[in-house]
Parts: sequence; C-alpha cells; structure tokens
Amino acid sequence: MVTRLDTKIYDAATEVTWCPGCGDFAILRALKLALADLGIAPWQALVVSGIGCGSKLPDYTSINGFMTIHGRPLPIATGARLANPDLHVIVVNGDGDSYGIGGNHFLHACRRNPDLTHIVENNQIYGLTKGQYSPTSDKGFVTTTSPDGSIEAALNPLSVAIAAGATFVARGFAGEPKHMAQLIVEGIQHRGYALIDVLQPCVTFNRVNTYDWYRSRVYKLEENYDPADRLAAWLKAQEWEERIPLGVLYRSADSPSYEDQVGALKISSPVQSALRLAREPSPGQYEPLKAEFM
Amino acid sequence: MSDAKGEGVDTRAPIDQGISIMIGGDAGQGVESSGAGFALALARAGLHVFALQDYRSQIRGGHNFYEIRIANRPLYSHREPIHVLLALTPESIARHLDVLAPGGAVIYPDKFEVDRAALESRGVRAEALPLTAIAEQHGNRLMLNTAGLGAIAALTGFPLRFMEQVIQENFGKKSATLAEENIAVAREAHAVALERFGESFPYRVAPDEHAPRRMLMHGNEALALGALAGGCRFISAYPMTPGTSVVEWLAAVPDEYAMVVKHAEDEIAAVCMAVGASFAGARAMTSTSGGGFSLMVEAMGLAGMTEVPLVIVEAQRGGPSTGLPTRTEQSDLLFAVHAAHGEFPRIITAPGTVEECFEAGWRAFNLAERYQCPVVVLTDSFLASSLRTLEMDAIDFSKVVIDRGKTLAPEESGAQAGYRRFELSGDGISPRAIPGYEGAVITTASDEHDESGHITEESENRVRMMNKRMRKMETAGAEMRLPSLYGPAGADLTIACWGSTVGPCREAVDEMLEAGASVNLLQFTDLLPMDGDAVRQTLDACHRIVAVEQNYTGQLGRLLRMTSGIAPHHTLNKFDGRPFSPHEIMAGLEGIA
Repeated sequence: MVTRLDTKIYDAATEVTWCPGCGDFAILRALKLALADLGIAPWQALVVSGIGCGSKLPDYTSINGFMTIHGRPLPIATGARLANPDLHVIVVNGDGDSYGIGGNHFLHACRRNPDLTHIVENNQIYGLTKGQYSPTSDKGFVTTTSPDGSIEAALNPLSVAIAAGATFVARGFAGEPKHMAQLIVEGIQHRGYALIDVLQPCVTFNRVNTYDWYRSRVYKLEENYDPADRLAAWLKAQEWEERIPLGVLYRSADSPSYEDQVGALKISSPVQSALRLAREPSPGQYEPLKAEFM
Repeated sequence: MSDAKGEGVDTRAPIDQGISIMIGGDAGQGVESSGAGFALALARAGLHVFALQDYRSQIRGGHNFYEIRIANRPLYSHREPIHVLLALTPESIARHLDVLAPGGAVIYPDKFEVDRAALESRGVRAEALPLTAIAEQHGNRLMLNTAGLGAIAALTGFPLRFMEQVIQENFGKKSATLAEENIAVAREAHAVALERFGESFPYRVAPDEHAPRRMLMHGNEALALGALAGGCRFISAYPMTPGTSVVEWLAAVPDEYAMVVKHAEDEIAAVCMAVGASFAGARAMTSTSGGGFSLMVEAMGLAGMTEVPLVIVEAQRGGPSTGLPTRTEQSDLLFAVHAAHGEFPRIITAPGTVEECFEAGWRAFNLAERYQCPVVVLTDSFLASSLRTLEMDAIDFSKVVIDRGKTLAPEESGAQAGYRRFELSGDGISPRAIPGYEGAVITTASDEHDESGHITEESENRVRMMNKRMRKMETAGAEMRLPSLYGPAGADLTIACWGSTVGPCREAVDEMLEAGASVNLLQFTDLLPMDGDAVRQTLDACHRIVAVEQNYTGQLGRLLRMTSGIAPHHTLNKFDGRPFSPHEIMAGLEGIA
C-alpha cells in the first residue's frame, strides 16, 4: 500500500534561476507529483543530470542529486543503479545533452534496458549557451549557429528509441504537467529504461516552438491505442508536423531489465558488498582463486 | 663505471642468470598459448620463470615471439642471449640470429630452408627435426608448436610429464581427443629428438623437486586480484590492449564474489559508470590504456570536483594516438599528472613488479576513499602481460586493508539531518554519506558548490572550496611513499626509475654490483602527490643520478624537477616499444659514463 507523500518534502531553499515561464518548472512540478504519488522519499531517489538549464533541476530539490557533466548522466546513472538497485534513479537532462553529446549513451541505454527513468527536457534549442540549434531543432530553424536556417534534419528521438530497442517510450508536454506526472509515474514503475521526452518551450531563445505552437498540435493518444504494438508505435512516432501525439507510445511489459539479468546482483550489490567487506574483509574467501595460477 | 667502495673480498657466488628459451612464429601458430603452457609447466617443476610475449596488433600472420627465462632464483626480467629458439617460421631464425647464445640451438621443422652456415659460424646448433610430419601423423599440422615443445624438452632434459599435464588440462577442456593427439605429438617429437640429442646439449633444465609451490601471474591479473580482495565489486571498461585482461579476469571470477562487470559502449561511458557506482557507495574502478584514458579525463575532473573516489588503471602502451598497440611505453606519466582541465587533487601510483601490482590493486581504493579523489594506477604493457613466478605468500590476502576513510555507514548516514556533503574540515576531507539511507540527502554538482553541494559562483565560497579540495593533496602527501632504495646506500651511481623498468634495472644493478661497480637503484612507486622536500633530500644525497625510462622526454626526471627542484643528471630513454633488457641498461649507462 503506497502512502502518498506531500510534495513539499522535495522542496529546497535554493533560488530557481530558470526564466519565468520556462517549461522546466512544469517538469520539476511533475517529478515531485510523481514521486509523491509513488510514496518515494527524497532519500530513496537519485536524480542525475547533465549540463544545461534543465540539468540544474536537482539543485532545486531536496532529493539526492548528482549534477554531472555534459552528455554523461545516462552512464553515470547506470553505474549508480548497478551499484545499488534499491535506488530509484531518474535522469533529467536536455535535448542537446541527451541526443547530441550524449547520443551514443542514449542508443545504448535503449538497447541495454537499465531500470532508469529518463526525462528529456526537449526545447529544441541550446538555452544555457544562449540559443544555438539542437539535434531536435526542425530543419530551417534560424539560430546563432544557423543564421540561414539549419540544414540538418531533426532527430526523432521517439522513433530512434523504439528502433534501438527501448522498452518504454513516451512523450509529455510542459503545458500538461499532470499528464506528464502520470507518464513519470508509469516510467518509474516500468522495469527497465523509460524514455519520457518532454516538449518544453524555451521562452527566451526559441520563438518558434512556443506554448501556442505545441498546443495547436499536441493530442493525447486515444483510449484504444495499443502501446504494445512496436511497429504501430514506430509509425505513431513519425507524426510531427501537423499533429504531435502525447502519452506512452510504446511499452514492452515483459522485458527484463539489465539489472534483472546480472547474476552478481542476485547475490549482493556492490554497495552492500563494500559495506560488508569493510566490516568483515574475510581474506580467506580469496585463497581458492590462487589455484588458477598454479 | 667506477670501482666498488669498501674493503674485503667478495665471496658471493656468481648470479645464476638461468637460460632463455624463445618460441618464434606467425600469429595464429599458437606461439603465445604454447609459450604460456610451457611457462606453467616450468613453474610447476619448481623453477623460477619470467615470460614475455611480443606480438603485433593482428590476429593472423606477422611475426610473434614468446621468451621464457628460467632459473633457480627469482627473476625480474627477460635477458639475452637466447639459448634455445624454437622456430615455427624461417623468419624467426633470421630475426633472432643476433641474440642466440654460442653453444645454443635452433630447433626447426626439417622442411625449412635454413642458412645453417650462418648459425654454425656463431656456434649455434641448427637442429632440423621432422616436426611437421610428426604433428600431421599424430594429430594435425596445427600441433607443430606442441611437437616443438616436445623437442625442447628432449634437448634440455626437461621431463615431458610436466608438459603433458599442462597439455591435458588446456586441451582436455575442449576435447579429450585434442588432448590425446597433442600429447602423442609431444611424445613422438620428444622421442625423435632424444635419439638425436641424447644429453649433448649444455643448457639443462632440471626440475627442483624440493621447491615450494609457486604461482605464475602477470601484472594485470595481480592488480585485478588485489582490487577484488580490496572490496572492489564493480568494474566498467571498454576493451583496449593492454588494459583488457584486468576486466576479463574480473569477469571470469565466480558468481559467489558478486563482482559486477560492465562492458560499456566506450571509455567515456566506462569511466562515468564507475563514477556513478562509486558515488552510490561501491568500490568501483575502470581499466584502460592511454587512448581510453584520453577519453576519460573529463570524468576524472568530475570525480575531482565532486569528490567521488575513482580508481582508473591505465596500462600504458606506445603512443601517441594508436601508436604501438601491443607494445610497451611509459609516456603517460605527465599526462596523468595534468589530465583534465582545472586544478583538483589526484593520486598517481605506479607499481613496478607483479607483487606490487597486487598491493596497488587494493591500496588504490583506500587512497581513493580516504581522500575522495581520483587515483590513477599506471602500469604498462610489459608489466601488465609478462608472467612471473611468485611465492605463495607474495599474494597475502590477510595483509589487505579495507579503509574507507570518512565514508559513513548507513546508520551514521541516517543520523545526518541537514547533512552537508562538502562540510569544511581541517584536512579537507568531508564525511561522505551514501545515498539511499533515511536522513542524509546528498546534493553534488560539477559546478562550484557550497558545503551543501548547491551551485554557487560566489567568490569567497570558491576560495574556501578550492582550498578545501586542494588541502587533501597535502593530507594525502603525508602517507605517500618515498622512493625505495635497492642496493648499497651512497653509491657513485644511482639509477632512478618508476614502473616496470624496475625489473631490468634491478637485474642490471645486481650484475654491475657483481662486477664491482658502485651503483644503486631508486624506485618511485608513489608519483603524486610527492613530498618535494623529502625527495630533494634523497636526491641531494645521490652522487650521480640517471633516470631510466621507457619514453622520449624523460617524464620522471621532469616530474622530479617539478616537485623537488632536482633533476637527474642524465636520462636513458627507450621508446621503440620493446622493454629495456638489463644489458641495454648496462650498455646505456656505460655510454653515459
């Protein structure tokens, strides 16, 4: 039986430095709502972020937080999960961090299926460096590094994730924080890697993909939509120009997580081993290993 | 070289330099497998062994060789000349002609066209045997190496039963027939060779039935074993020669040790996974070589800034870039000293022998957790992959210490309401809570942060936190080891070395002392932080210092000048990817003198 917690317990005394109206506020709120709904206390979770406006999120909470380096939160979070599978590990980073500099880690997290919840603050722009085009910027987008309009095709993170073997692929919208919170709940409950790409307007540097731009396009997936159909999910993920679906596009309910398949973790986690060995080093246990050298 | 000081007659017996056996052939001919099998047979026969492999970065074709030195005393290096060469290709003979000992022998298949005169003019016996025919008759032509081993056993008087046992174990795992055929090949070759040679060969390999049991191990295995014994239960790595066998060895450890091994998508992910695991409270490491370490440096800076203990094993190879993938070099010392932007505390150690690798393996975790910073353990291809016999007590698990410094136990973490991860302290080290326990919540940022871990760019805080972090270097400096002295104090000539060169340097010093020279050896194992004042005193007391290093620029010499203000008087450098031999060192020192 889950006891719903008060979202105030995740608050921090720090000053939030996001621009007024930034979509990241909704993500922070949705994350707190999701953790409260699931009864996860601040010390039971770990939020790992990278670099960028949105990656400052852990600083604005009283949840265990590790603000790391650009593009690397996924492997850092994977290491933390493998060290202590009791931690609820949530990765929060932007589209540049996730799909640009961290693109390789993103692909391998999808196929590897570690039990992580990955919330991508996707505003289709680099905000903290003041407005350069990102991997998800639409072709033709004019920024300081694409003054004549970007000539690169935008990355479609959802179809890439499905193709790469992700077992939970969802899209949320900063204009729908409660819907987003439900996606985060389902992502945390999912056993394996859960991608939640969140459309999150940058009110300062992206004057194209605004709240209004998204509102006129987004829709919630129909009741009868079947997220278990991988091919249908891939086709659904192609929708972008006119209509943009929100919700869980793909979910594989019966895929084991990476951690589920690590034999060593069935015996002891690395964190528990280190605690135990510091108390009782048990040197005798290693003697049999000498045999292979003789 | 100057004469030895002191009086009296030296009554020491001449050093037993042993004999050296080489197997040469193409990649794919089983040069390494037969060499390693032979080395194990010799170790089991009570002999001391030092075995070195020399190979290229290709799986098929290309000349490889395996060198085994055998003696009745501990060995620290390979040594020329070669007394027996088993040539599996004609090229092997031409390539190693220069290092063959007079009175030695070359064994080769009788189908080869060999310049016998060239060998015989050097006093080397050219022994053609029907090895290919024997292999084909009793097994198949791939067993040529086994036939050769049988012939070597006959030539040197080494009992075949030791080899048969190893063959049985190695091949029996795959198939009983394969083992039987290999043994039949070895026996037939042994019989044919014995009939030819009798006991005519002067270099004999006699088992020592009274010797204690010993282990045969290389540096990477010892390091991995040390890490495991030190409580490491997490390694993430990306394959890169010669660092790979650390992770391979740990991956093969039985499940009961609960060792988590993660083969990552690249070296960046590998080091980041280790950072994440260590942040979460594991004893975590990664293993790589210079190219991979180049990719890891940003995360090393992250560990420095966020005070996450991190162990990186860097087995150096010939650089830069892809360089000499399978060959040895010591050219990453100053890179490790300066790796990553900004200033943060770090520790660098460099074991020189297989035993020291074992200790470095567990000690690195204590250093990393005590000082909450990255620790780089520098080895190299020569140390990582050369096999050496060890006494059983050289690997002593009861001496392993697990000291987690100011890491808090869960019950202590739980009592930490209002916990501040980076609380200021006199020694710069803050109590470290582990995430996941009620009470302490840990905030950590790669940005400059305050004591609670929250981001701030405020000037006074920056100064406080820099001082706090850098103070850990001073704290750690107190426990770092000064160079160890080998040989007589106050010698005319001092060799300064670090890492794997200590083996050949030691043998060179032994031989020079025997010849009456006044020489000693200073080995540096703890390279950073270094107590500059103490090192200056040590170096000041030396008459003439020659740094012997496997690199171009003399990096230890530069580090010594940087930390102590004193530079070696001379440097002896080698950067062809092949390890120094004791003879090369002696010749090089004579050139300087």
